[in-house]
Amino acid sequence: MQRVGVFVCWCGSNIAGTVDVQAVSEALKNEPGVVFSTDYQYMCSQAGQDMIKDAVKEHNLTGIVVCSCSPRMHEATFRKTAAAAGLNPYMVEIANIREQCSWVHKDIMTGTEKAIILGKAAVAKVNLNTPLTPGESPVTKRALVIGGGIAGIQTALDIADAGFPVDIVEKQPTIGGKMAQLDKTFPTLDCAACILTPKMVDVAQNDKIRIFSYSEVTDVSGFVGNFDVTIKKRARYVKEDICTGCGACVEKCPMKKIPNEFNLGMDNRHAVYIPFAQAVPKVATIDPNACNMLKNGKCGLCARVCTAGAIDYTQKDEIIEEKYGAIVVATGFNPISMEKFDEFAYNQSKDVITSLEFERLTNAAGPSAGKLVRPSDGKHPHTIVFVQCVGSRCEACAEKGKEYCSKICCMYTAKHAMLIRDKYPDTEVYVFYIDVRTPGKNFDEFYRRAVEEYGVKYVKGMVGKVVPEGDKLKVQASDLLSNKQLHIDADLVVLAAAIEPDKSARPLATMLTASMDTNDFFTEAHPKLRPVESPTAGVFLSGTCQGPKDIPETVSQAGAAASKVIGLLAKDKLTGNPCVAVSDELMCNGCSGCERVCPYGAISYIDKEFRMPDRTTKVRRVASVNPAVCQGCGACTVACPSGAMDLNGFKNNQIMAEVDAICK
Amino acid sequence: MQKIRRDQLIAKASELLENGTVSCVLGWGAGEFGYDVTPTVFKTTEDLKAGFVFNDFCGANFSKYLVAKTQKLEGKILVFLKPCDTYSFNQLLTEHRFDREKVYAVGIPCEGMADIAAVKAISGEGVSSINEDGDKIVVTTIYSDKPVIIDASKVLAERCINCKSKKHVAYDELLGDEGDVIESARFDEVARLEAMSADERFAFWQNELSKCIRCNACRDACPACTCEKCVFDNPKSGVENKAPANSFEEKMFHIIRAFHVAGRCTDCGECSRVCPQNIPLHLLNRKFIKDINEFYGEYQAGAEVGSRAPLVDYNIEDLEPGEVFDRRNENV
Repeated sequence: MQRVGVFVCWCGSNIAGTVDVQAVSEALKNEPGVVFSTDYQYMCSQAGQDMIKDAVKEHNLTGIVVCSCSPRMHEATFRKTAAAAGLNPYMVEIANIREQCSWVHKDIMTGTEKAIILGKAAVAKVNLNTPLTPGESPVTKRALVIGGGIAGIQTALDIADAGFPVDIVEKQPTIGGKMAQLDKTFPTLDCAACILTPKMVDVAQNDKIRIFSYSEVTDVSGFVGNFDVTIKKRARYVKEDICTGCGACVEKCPMKKIPNEFNLGMDNRHAVYIPFAQAVPKVATIDPNACNMLKNGKCGLCARVCTAGAIDYTQKDEIIEEKYGAIVVATGFNPISMEKFDEFAYNQSKDVITSLEFERLTNAAGPSAGKLVRPSDGKHPHTIVFVQCVGSRCEACAEKGKEYCSKICCMYTAKHAMLIRDKYPDTEVYVFYIDVRTPGKNFDEFYRRAVEEYGVKYVKGMVGKVVPEGDKLKVQASDLLSNKQLHIDADLVVLAAAIEPDKSARPLATMLTASMDTNDFFTEAHPKLRPVESPTAGVFLSGTCQGPKDIPETVSQAGAAASKVIGLLAKDKLTGNPCVAVSDELMCNGCSGCERVCPYGAISYIDKEFRMPDRTTKVRRVASVNPAVCQGCGACTVACPSGAMDLNGFKNNQIMAEVDAICK
Repeated sequence: MQKIRRDQLIAKASELLENGTVSCVLGWGAGEFGYDVTPTVFKTTEDLKAGFVFNDFCGANFSKYLVAKTQKLEGKILVFLKPCDTYSFNQLLTEHRFDREKVYAVGIPCEGMADIAAVKAISGEGVSSINEDGDKIVVTTIYSDKPVIIDASKVLAERCINCKSKKHVAYDELLGDEGDVIESARFDEVARLEAMSADERFAFWQNELSKCIRCNACRDACPACTCEKCVFDNPKSGVENKAPANSFEEKMFHIIRAFHVAGRCTDCGECSRVCPQNIPLHLLNRKFIKDINEFYGEYQAGAEVGSRAPLVDYNIEDLEPGEVFDRRNENV
């Protein structure tokens, strides 16, 4: 029989305001096993913890029940207290009488009654607690960063800076991501390339960082500290280590009508290409879908002009297998497709473009060499209409678009508008918005400048329709503040398309067993307190894969993710969570029910020999749990029909005892 | 009246025994009464000729017997499987309950099996002999010298009236012609129960389940119940056998059992066939199957080996509970 001590916390007035804490303490005194019960203002304070330690000694307590806030808040605190008092830390149970009781009840009678019931359940459980000891596992001191945009770059640089090797896997031929496509960056208007490319060079030159460009992660297994990752390096038909990036092959390539992805299809590239001048690695890539030599063996010009002899038409996809201690997801975003937004005539007119296309259009390295011209006829546009929230902040029931705010559009639209008015003061610029959302350092000032100094016409209201007519775009919109319908003859319409996570994110999440929200953004372990960790141990989040973010935020999150990775890789051994599933092999019939529901792949099967009562032996297939992979979710214990699978710390009989205590 | 005859089955079994393909045969043997057919293992042709039975009362699903019979088996065991049995066969393989290599499965066609309760409803109790005569079943009772002649098609078991499939989903060899999956009316009765008010439905089940004598026959015959140790036999589970406090308490046994086999039940109907109290236990399982079909899309347990069952398979694309709820409304 346990000797249980009960400690009821007031949490100032947080609990004591709606729960009669003395009554709770008194009522729990009579529960089986309870030998001591008390209450105190702040159990988590030093004085409160000392009270627990003293009681353990004085009353020879073997189990502790703390009636306080959520175990998410202070379970760890009280486990440490128990350990300091010489108890096994897993002999502590928390009855959550704050979040689940005092905060949700107004009436002191009901609050107290429920607090007593919750306390009774915790006492019933702790009576069945057994000491648990966590296991240990080693840590592979290498990190994997998936995605080579600004988030991945910053994370990799920071991890490498701490001395750990890092690999970046990037599916494009070059790192740089979306930021490499941008022209200027808000709120300082410095050029994106000027601040990004030095970082890309740093990555290339850092001997701790390997770049697997044109590559994808195809399989992940293992667990925190010990991930086994398979990376497919696609054949680029150019030997990366030999190519000097001179570009001679590109000049000679006869296939020059391939839509250029980097410029979003607004101009063309060759079949062999280097995405942009500052690409890292600066090596050519042959597009196998466009190259004549690869398609039908006729050409071979690039091989002939390559003085380095880097062209290799026989190159095959390469499979790389590597071990990692930590994985950072930095898969980034894409603007959503404008397919479903016919009202803006995106598909009818070349002069209706997205904001990212606009970035390329104003970029000196873009299709128009930085001159602001209409894509249709190359003329300078005199009236430009920006439409905000295209696909952002849609109603939940809307079939197109996203419910969330894409967060960056207000600022980049202000930037675009300002840049146009600065370079081409004869241009009229309208911005249609639902709200202007510009929180952030120097952000609102930036937007005010666009309105006040640059005379950008901000109109609250949405564009209803864009109709191409002649060489004009007839824009019908409403001005909500003056309650008027507006008709504008625009030359160019720019749509601030919502952003969505990259399509590669969901299959990746499956491989990583990391959870995602309904919009396919990765879910963080805690929205406030663990924002860069995924709920899957050892998987970290960097940048827009977790939610819409601008560059400053992305970079700070990237650094935060790196620091978490460094903290993990700095350890030689990891202490596991002992609250993991265990299988009673005598009862297990090897049906695979548990394996099929396990989200973490923690369960495998072994054939094991059993001695039968009649002295014969029998080989049976039984489940075996890898405690380092198990996250203790308990799905297997529910799936197991015979109850062979149980969860340490949350045994079936403990749960039933709690239920019984509540129902009694 | 079955299309396949006893002598055909014996011939096939003898052939496989003699050419060494199998070392024994799992078949039907004579029981105490003519309608009481017992699963039996035959080792020789002589045994088969002496004891092998095949008639309209051979309803027993042999799939589950393979779990125990293959355990220490040298060589292979021949098993005769009716179409509905093959679903259980696959489901057990999905759950790794026996070694497929140790089994030689012969699929046999089935014209539907007779329900002895239905026979007795016509002939009365005290059946002394029961014989087949073409499409008729000839029954004599201890109370009368005059035999009662019954149309075999009039006394089909409920599971055969609502047969879900004449197609074998697993076999090594097939005797007779292959049939098709049938569009059956098996969920009509469930729908009727669903249409009842909660009170009516409660009364229905109270009436039925109060008859339970807790003989455990349903569990023992169920091919989905093959745990090393059943929770009802495990004192640590908290639900082990206890004397019921009232006649309706066994409902808990049946509810727990229905949950345990949910998503794995192939609707073979053995539970209702073996129930000595004639409780329509299969309706509980069918309600689950109907719900699974409606919430997650059509799913037939055992249709293939290793299929991912909606209830017991985790998938990152799994629907959220709210989405499942919405889908339910679509179907209503």
